Amino acid sequence: MADLDMASSALNDGGTWRFPASEPLRLDSGGVIEGLEVAYQTYGQLNADRSNAVLICHALTMDQYVASAHPTTGKPGWWPRLVGPGKPLDPARHFIICSNVIGGCMGSTGPASINPATGKPWALSFPVITIADMVRAQAMLVRALGVETLFAVVGGSMGGMQVQQWAVDYPERLASAVIIASASRHSAQNIAFHEVGRQAIMADPDWRGGAYADHGTRPEKGLAVARMAAHITYLSEPALQRKFGRELQRDGLSWGFDADFQVESYLRHQGASFVDRFDANSYLYITRAMDYFDIAAGHGGVLANAFTRARHMRFCVLSFTSDWLYPTPESRHIVRALTASGCRVAFVEIESDKGHDAFLLDEPVMDAALSGFLGSVERDRGLA
Amino acid sequence: MTTTREDFREILRLVRPGSRVLDVGCGEGALLDLLAHDKQVDGRGLEISAKGVAACMARGLSVVQGDADQDLDHFPDRTFDYAILSQTLQATRQPRHVLNELLRIADRAIVSFPNFGHWRVRWSLLSRGRMPETKALPMPWWSTPNIHLCTLVDFLALTDDLNVRVDACAAFAGTGPGRPINPSSPLENWRAESCLFMLSRATPASAATARELPPASGDLFDG
Repeated sequence: MADLDMASSALNDGGTWRFPASEPLRLDSGGVIEGLEVAYQTYGQLNADRSNAVLICHALTMDQYVASAHPTTGKPGWWPRLVGPGKPLDPARHFIICSNVIGGCMGSTGPASINPATGKPWALSFPVITIADMVRAQAMLVRALGVETLFAVVGGSMGGMQVQQWAVDYPERLASAVIIASASRHSAQNIAFHEVGRQAIMADPDWRGGAYADHGTRPEKGLAVARMAAHITYLSEPALQRKFGRELQRDGLSWGFDADFQVESYLRHQGASFVDRFDANSYLYITRAMDYFDIAAGHGGVLANAFTRARHMRFCVLSFTSDWLYPTPESRHIVRALTASGCRVAFVEIESDKGHDAFLLDEPVMDAALSGFLGSVERDRGLA
Repeated sequence: MTTTREDFREILRLVRPGSRVLDVGCGEGALLDLLAHDKQVDGRGLEISAKGVAACMARGLSVVQGDADQDLDHFPDRTFDYAILSQTLQATRQPRHVLNELLRIADRAIVSFPNFGHWRVRWSLLSRGRMPETKALPMPWWSTPNIHLCTLVDFLALTDDLNVRVDACAAFAGTGPGRPINPSSPLENWRAESCLFMLSRATPASAATARELPPASGDLFDG
């Protein structure tokens, strides 16, 4: 394994795995990426019979640092409710794998990586990738880590899309799947919001047709606006109102276009801090992959047909009442397809006013449902 | 609720070990837990309340949030050996459709409901002219979820109408155990506070299946 950076603790490991030259990643678009690299983190240790491995799939702007400090921001892992000592996924008992999606910008090959053929960053010459391509790369990585079957694959939002793709493409390597706040395809509204984000990036003069690295610039303003627009979709109207209302930053109005309102200042901060840790072209590629995602399309337009090989698996689907980005009917659509294809599925819509981001936040009902589900899968597997 | 426990006991008696069971309106999963523990069934549930489903999931049960009126349609034919609808039929919007769906997705349906023909119900209506509030029907008319109450005789008529066969029937009164009954006996419609039916399709195909799946014990009504 090339470039393996040993982390301080034996329980937290990670590195970058390079695809062997004999097995390049074949993409849905027809292209091939040679020498593809996948950056990953692992937590805990694989047991003797290799049955305690779980894969966590991250959302659009997340990364492999699910339970350890982010190298750029220094912030702790992004899913502390799920992963950690005493949590449903516990490094003391489980071997937890999380990798940066291809097309990303935290170590896996993406548009900011150097194209070995030209010695320059790929930028827009990077091939358009899909959720299935991301999953194909993960499946190779998981095998390279010595894991043939995963007792669970877990993800929220775009992570939930990857989980569905795993269940469709590699059901024989899975015992269970957890799909949180996700959808089987993007709605017109989902695509519309992403298009706003992409246009904001591409409208920034510093984007330079995607070749900003060559010009020594970064489309920070465009990327920040994209993040601001997207961030609104992750919250609910009541949560935003409760947090900010019409509260002002200072006494009185500025009678200008400063951030008078606290919500403006908050969004500007969200945008500004995002550009420190994310690449604009990665944002274009990954949002595109999400827009292209449509599981049923590859199965005669019938979602249930996609899951017919997954009947041995157990599924857990969760949605949140105030999530208007991937609202409950999207989850129900998945649940009904799983039911119709004969899969075992548990589903609950969790009462929350925190919007789409609820899956990352303090939701005790979600915690109980997840630990109950994963615990029973473990018992089925003889792990607990 | 003691009557529900008696109901469960009867269901436990009827269900064949190791079978595939759907519990419609499974609440917090008490019956599914019992069935999994005592009969090693492959159990699944449908429950309308998020609280109930979350409790089921915390127990590790495969339960989907949904209701009998809308969510049975998505199950393929004959997914289950038994579909259980315990004390819920009278609260569905379309009991006839629900019953049909239960017998589409399962070889057998186990259905229990409060009997509106019970003497206390009749007496309450006759003597006081008020909607009955009894042990089996404890809520006032304005808050009860029961929108399609029926008597034992009404239910039998529906099974006839749907060409459904009654494989077993038990009556419950007070807190005592279930009593196997012949539902056609006129007295039972007075005596049963609630009743439980095991039903199957009266077609040659399902009759053959029924022969393969004898009830667990001598619970066919002895009339």
